Amino acid sequence: MDLDIALILTQDGITTGAVYALLAIALVLVFAVTRVIFIPQGEYVAYGALTMAMLQQGKVPGTLWLLVAMGVFAALLDGVRAMRGGPRVGLAASLGWTVAYPLALAALLYAMPATQSIIVQAALTLAILVPLGPLMYRLAYQPVAEGSVLVLLIVSVAIHVSMVGLGLLFFGAEGSRTPAFSDAQFSVGALTISGQQVWVVVASAALIVGLWLFFDRSLYGKALRATAINRNGARLMGFSPVFAGKLTFVLAAFIGVLSGILIAPLTTIYYDTGFLIGLKGFVAAIIGGLASYPIAAAGALLVGVLESFSSFWASAYKEVFVFTLIIPVLVWRSLTSHHIEEDE
Amino acid sequence: MNAPNRQAAVLPAVGGARSGAASLLSSRNILIAFVAVLAIAPVLLPEFYITLLNYIGLAAMVALGLVLLTGVGGLTSFGQAAFVGVGAYTTAVLTTSQALPAWLVWAASPWPALLVGLLITATVALILGSLTLRLSGHYLPLGTIAWGISLYFMFGTMETLGGHSGLSGIPPINLFGWVLDEGREIFYLIWAFLLVAALTTENLLDSREGRAIRALKGGMVMAEAMGVDTSRSRMVIFVIAAMHAAAAGWLYAHLQRFVNPSPFGVHVGIEYLFMAVVGGAGQVWGAIAGAGVITILKQWLQDWLPKVFGASGNFETIIFGLMMVVILQRARDGLWPLLAKLVPARGTTRVIDATAEPLPRKAMPAAGEVILEAKNVTRRFGGLVANNDMNLHVEAGEILALIGPNGAGKSTMFNQLSGVDTPTSGEVLFRGKSIAGHGSREIAHLGMSRSFQHVRLLPKMSVLENVAIGAHLRGTKSVLPSAWRLDRAEEARILREAAFQIERVGLADFMHAEAGSLALGQQRILEIARALASDPCLLLLDEPAAGLRLKEKQALGELMKKLRGEGMAILLVEHDMDFVMGLVDRVVVMEFGQKIAEGLPDEVQKNPRVLEAYLGGVE
Repeated sequence: MDLDIALILTQDGITTGAVYALLAIALVLVFAVTRVIFIPQGEYVAYGALTMAMLQQGKVPGTLWLLVAMGVFAALLDGVRAMRGGPRVGLAASLGWTVAYPLALAALLYAMPATQSIIVQAALTLAILVPLGPLMYRLAYQPVAEGSVLVLLIVSVAIHVSMVGLGLLFFGAEGSRTPAFSDAQFSVGALTISGQQVWVVVASAALIVGLWLFFDRSLYGKALRATAINRNGARLMGFSPVFAGKLTFVLAAFIGVLSGILIAPLTTIYYDTGFLIGLKGFVAAIIGGLASYPIAAAGALLVGVLESFSSFWASAYKEVFVFTLIIPVLVWRSLTSHHIEEDE
Repeated sequence: MNAPNRQAAVLPAVGGARSGAASLLSSRNILIAFVAVLAIAPVLLPEFYITLLNYIGLAAMVALGLVLLTGVGGLTSFGQAAFVGVGAYTTAVLTTSQALPAWLVWAASPWPALLVGLLITATVALILGSLTLRLSGHYLPLGTIAWGISLYFMFGTMETLGGHSGLSGIPPINLFGWVLDEGREIFYLIWAFLLVAALTTENLLDSREGRAIRALKGGMVMAEAMGVDTSRSRMVIFVIAAMHAAAAGWLYAHLQRFVNPSPFGVHVGIEYLFMAVVGGAGQVWGAIAGAGVITILKQWLQDWLPKVFGASGNFETIIFGLMMVVILQRARDGLWPLLAKLVPARGTTRVIDATAEPLPRKAMPAAGEVILEAKNVTRRFGGLVANNDMNLHVEAGEILALIGPNGAGKSTMFNQLSGVDTPTSGEVLFRGKSIAGHGSREIAHLGMSRSFQHVRLLPKMSVLENVAIGAHLRGTKSVLPSAWRLDRAEEARILREAAFQIERVGLADFMHAEAGSLALGQQRILEIARALASDPCLLLLDEPAAGLRLKEKQALGELMKKLRGEGMAILLVEHDMDFVMGLVDRVVVMEFGQKIAEGLPDEVQKNPRVLEAYLGGVE
């Protein structure tokens, strides 16, 4: 291997690492606020890429009908609860989100001409998929929100399994690769940097800065941080854990879908590709102890670079290398921790 | 003193299965009927169903390990399919390879290959476990996902393992000359393995070691304080679960006579977990129910769903995932409790053998010996000084009360004394030895036992079993003797001791009730019985009288006087002044983290500083 190849591999690694960093940040966030180990994070990536691809082919993606179905189901549950004497406040607004919004979106998709600019397609993809996040929280996690980490984890795995099956149903077994956002090429010495790589890195960096501003400056961001530190304390201060959960899932879905849109032009995405991508985000999140955002992001870059180098040296074993990376991390963590703790 | 005679006199004559019509449906008879049905099944059923039953049996073995791990122990693993793969590939390589190294030739047939597979599995599980089990519960599943994926890719890429096309030509198992080369024949071996695994698991759970395992879910802090090594218990169930899976893999390889990587991926591992959840995580027999439901449902959905959707693919995962979410939301205990209701099998009440030899007791220290001593203990939390230069001591044969208004630092002091927390400076001596920095397990070994301010019980276990956890350190029988019922003599002695302590604290009427069904005051008393079962020389009680009625308080007072008479040292933290003043020998009063008075109850009550700081504030 010479320096040029090493540089190219590093460049590739940083591009994918930037996406893993976004996912790792989302995973740490979801775990901190809701104690959910969010295995389906990767499915949002695959759904994002494949929904985008279907829109580009001028088809109406099946994920739209998933949104409609989940919305109607959530509305039914809320309605039943209200009829049994539950809270009626906000019922109208929630009906708006759960029923009216998906239907309006469906009408819009059918009314719109099939060919659109890439920005509009990306916006539509986000509009279809991001609301799945809070709906998923409402339907699957909220009823067991007080359960143990283990119960929440099994729920996550169950959702992951269902989403992969639905992905196959919606998108078929064929993979898709979308056209790049820009065809620009930049040459820096021996390196050729594609416009898409710039897009990925810049968008990831912008999103990380945006998240930092959100958590550091905005009231909701601070409230989420407070919930992560002390759920009951935040509740006593009037910040509902249900709302915190939904907001967190909005962010996680947004990050996942955006990552999917960003990487779709770089690699072929299949209905079940998301799992491995999400797990690599997890490896990074574990490096950060499921608690530290900067270490998780740095770990993600490490994962990306390790992946690109090992695919050059021994491509058959690249997954083995990446997942074995967590072993030294776990050794280190288990040597530094002695605490006996009760399951929550 | 003549404790043995007294114990025998007070023991209740409880126990024995109920007689009458219901005994026909005892769990033993149901099991016999089940085995009889299994025995004739291959004769009556067509090939298709035998194959299905074989796969159900194999899956149930894996699910059984997960029942132990997830349902009982509160841990989980997504890597069980990979362990199945280790068992299957080990035997496949050993029995088909033409070029085994000389030192391995002995293992080139199925039975020795089983042994090798189990050894490899146990080693891998020990390594994985030692990496993840000391961390929070969610690191094990994440670690096993990574392990499962890595191993799956290894199976698929290594040339010696046949790559994605796999290994074929695996010979059938030879059982004392009987060659099991048909589904109908290996059927018996599969179900025999499963039944043995299920029965030994049931035995294990009903033992000293089993109580330690059952305490993992929601009782780790308590169990450690009773001397249970919870990391070891977690490791035990993880290794057992992995070995069940490996044995299933060995059977699978010799049933199929061919292996390839696809049945050992993470998604199959997830399916095994679903079986355990559907059947009822925590129910040994639920594993068979869960494996049956999922296997049959999968068969049916794979036929039916592609027709509905007009496309081919594994769409059954959609249904399984949704089913799992609904089960976890609506019926977290799975299907087994529902099935068990249909057949009201009579459980047998635990027999307490009043003639069992009492457990050995340690000699009590001589009256007046200083048992516990705190010297200049200071504990700071950042800028807050919770305990400042505290000195106190407790002697054998006396009751010392630590009192003080809310926020005086009593609980912090209690934590320093019980070894839960370490003082910033100063030291705590227990029988002359410093205990600062030692875990609660070691301190339990030394002969200190405690109750908790917020009651820590295992609510689903009986009062008897909860108290028996207290006697954990007085037994020695470990996993294998428990699984094979070689521990019964010791178990009888432990249960007898537990029953004696329950009787002693006045809870005999609730001996077999679920601990969670007791009133709060009674639960506090139960904690005292549990502490006593460890044969301590020092008892630390954190507000034992809270929530008790007058009569119960009087009985508790009598009990403590009796224990004092036997030479025990007792330290209690208490709020109830009437209770304290009539009972204890000396009082230490704290305020703002400092000792403001110490002496006889009468002196302390007249002390103007105490009146002002404590009693005066209340009046």
